[in-house]
Amino acid sequence: MSLTLLNVIVAVVIAIGFAALNAAYLVWAERRGAARIQRRPGPNINGPFGLLQPPLDGIKLMAKQLTIPGGADKVLFIAAPVLAMFPAIMSFVTIPFSESIVAKNMNVGVLMIFAFASMGGMSLVFAGWSSRNKYAMMSSVRAVSQAVAYEIPMLITTITVVMIAGSMDLMEIVHQQAGSILHWNIFPLLGNSHNILMPMSFLIFFTCTLAETNRAPFDLGEAESELVAGFHTEYGSMGFGLFFMGEYANIVIGSCMTTVLFLGGWNAPLPFLSFIPGVFWFLLKLYLLIATFIWIRWTFPRTTIYGLLNLSWKILIPLSLFNLLFTAGLIKVF
Amino acid sequence: MNSPIELQPDETFVLNVGPQHPATHGVLRVKMEMNGEYIVNAETVIGYIHRMHEKMGETKTYPQFLMNLSRMDYLGALGYSHGHVLVVEKAAGIEVPERAEYIRAIMVELNRIASHLFWFGAFVMDLGGFSPLMYALQDREYILDMLEAVTGSRLTYCYFRFGGLYNDIDDEFIAAARSFIPRMRKSLKKYDKLVTGNVIFRKRLEGIAPLSKEMCRKYGASSAVARGSGINFDVRKNEPYSVYPEFDFDVPVFHECDSLARYNVRMAEMEQSLRIIEQGLDKLPDGPIMPAKKPKLIKPPAGDYYQAVETARGSFGIRLVSDGGKIPYRLKLRSPTYSNMHLFDEACRGMMIMDALAFMGSLDLVIPEIDR
Amino acid sequence: MVTYFADIFNGLISLFVGMGITFKEFFSPTVTVSYPYETLTMCDKYRGHVELIENEEGKPNCVVCGLCEKACPSNCISLAGEKPEGEKRKVLTKYILDFTRCSLCGSCVESCNFNALTFSKEYNLASTRKEDFIFDLLKRLEDRNK
Repeated sequence: MSLTLLNVIVAVVIAIGFAALNAAYLVWAERRGAARIQRRPGPNINGPFGLLQPPLDGIKLMAKQLTIPGGADKVLFIAAPVLAMFPAIMSFVTIPFSESIVAKNMNVGVLMIFAFASMGGMSLVFAGWSSRNKYAMMSSVRAVSQAVAYEIPMLITTITVVMIAGSMDLMEIVHQQAGSILHWNIFPLLGNSHNILMPMSFLIFFTCTLAETNRAPFDLGEAESELVAGFHTEYGSMGFGLFFMGEYANIVIGSCMTTVLFLGGWNAPLPFLSFIPGVFWFLLKLYLLIATFIWIRWTFPRTTIYGLLNLSWKILIPLSLFNLLFTAGLIKVF
Repeated sequence: MNSPIELQPDETFVLNVGPQHPATHGVLRVKMEMNGEYIVNAETVIGYIHRMHEKMGETKTYPQFLMNLSRMDYLGALGYSHGHVLVVEKAAGIEVPERAEYIRAIMVELNRIASHLFWFGAFVMDLGGFSPLMYALQDREYILDMLEAVTGSRLTYCYFRFGGLYNDIDDEFIAAARSFIPRMRKSLKKYDKLVTGNVIFRKRLEGIAPLSKEMCRKYGASSAVARGSGINFDVRKNEPYSVYPEFDFDVPVFHECDSLARYNVRMAEMEQSLRIIEQGLDKLPDGPIMPAKKPKLIKPPAGDYYQAVETARGSFGIRLVSDGGKIPYRLKLRSPTYSNMHLFDEACRGMMIMDALAFMGSLDLVIPEIDR
Repeated sequence: MVTYFADIFNGLISLFVGMGITFKEFFSPTVTVSYPYETLTMCDKYRGHVELIENEEGKPNCVVCGLCEKACPSNCISLAGEKPEGEKRKVLTKYILDFTRCSLCGSCVESCNFNALTFSKEYNLASTRKEDFIFDLLKRLEDRNK
């Protein structure tokens, strides 16, 4: 085995390990964060600060019986959770954590990640259809229409950034935001864009990430729980565990993409701080964004399905299209 | 935005929102005939927690029945006890000392705020926001601690007696109540910013489930359901009882008839209750809390007596038919939520399920009170 | 057109205001009491189940008049006494409180003219058998005095 193949295998294993560890311990972070917002302690009995809670929860889930409803489509039923977890983990392979820490850099990195994200939408359909439960089917229909509606502004905003950078390579996009905080794509002054509406694009991208990962306030698919428990009603034990972890892995991927596209990747905010290695800045920005996800979930109530679709079709898509044309115009002129 | 679609008659299925709810209404069963997402017909089925309070009223003596009233609506229990002691005092001709009247009013208003806080938390939780519930319950803890220090119980008080009260209040209670009032005002501002002004929340409630005045009158709705539709009726002002004429407070009325109006009515009522408590604490006279000559055995003369009070859920009426003995002949309890709830059957036609459940939350149902 | 943008802008501002409030609450202290590692003391007038009050010699004040039994709405109390030779008052021999039916209304405490009953401060009663909640108050009094 040549050294580069070994490199790649080790890198892939580390990327997958990072994703899995994040997915497990983000549950802990969410429970503690939610508890502190609500002025209560959160899990603090199992292990110091409750840190042993996720492994124990995993053991509990694995010990439960995996039931498949009679008459359900067995292949699709078992495939759905795997399909929820798989794209997020695979997308980790191309994300650049720093100048040299990237499992395999591709020159169509953006395209690959969004292709995998679209595959995640299929798991919603498989889960709802194969459960043979009319309520699961109803809510998976809603989840799919939500996923489709919010992919469009996400892609349009990404195209805006790709146009500014001139390439789909994630490393290239980050390199072009080098400099200081004002060179990042979110702040338009000194960067490549000179586009005053970039913060709006950032907000649109962030909202779409919230909606794509079925996170509150857009969590109709799972917490519609007034009467229906969502598209994963019929899943127990590790099927549910995989959906759960897949959601958190998707959150990490979404935050990674936001960091790379808008917040400058591994670049330090001020030039003299570059002695601190890039991976530290990347992780700092990543976890700040994830903390914002958690913060938003525990503050706002849920939207209705038509409010959600109205938001996407009537507000986000026109604004992002306008920004795209504006950026294209600016690039042409300047 | 929310116009119902054309309904094909043979495409409906029945969804049973069963007696056990994830939402905190109690044991209510709603049989909904649905066409996809929209409700064609709904039928509420009650009776899962019927405990025969009215029958107990016919077999227990007057003092023995005092404890039943708290179990009817446990969130706003003191209002119900107030109605009961008032009607028996009216029947038996017992005089209540003034200090007791003022303390009763203060306690009832504190209980009203506690009930509205719990409704607020549960309502926003139904809509998906979990944090305001915790904040509201924490504010409610202050009230419950105050009431516990005086009466001994947190939820099912047995505090009012015929002619006055069981225990007197002390300076600690007055100091705690006085410090609670500015704290509650600050919290109300916080809820305003966190919930009422929030665009997601408003979009959930604006225009949902409009109830016209005629419909409210037809079903006999009271409290926030009627006052959110423009009917200005509050028993404390229209048929005053006890010491309420001495207080200066407003009755909030909103005219938009939708769920947001009902929400706003209850939030404004909390502020008015704070005003009543302030005035009550200022005007509190000294004196005894039980009348000097208290009858040993309560035997009201034969007759038909009625008393209505304004509780957190509406106009609670209690009718006492006495035949001169020490056990009532008939004790009828008119529950306000029973009238409020049946609006749901008619008003929810054509709505989506999420909106129907938000509407149910805005009606503030407590099922044990319906079933008694 | 203007209302379209005004709506979006105002909505966005309200979202940030809400987030600011939860941010402030994040740094506020927790209000939880970690029971059972920490406990609270009950207030003076707390209503636990009733207990008998004793006089200086350790005997209950109760004279077995039976008013508490008649006042109870739920028939929880059953008591019996006997009149020993040469005494004026009856002496209590049995006082059973059926706590499974008691609703803590306080009628018994109020109706007693001899200051024999009071509320205790017991709040963490838990058991797996119903029989554990049929309290023999006389025995409890003797256990307390030992």
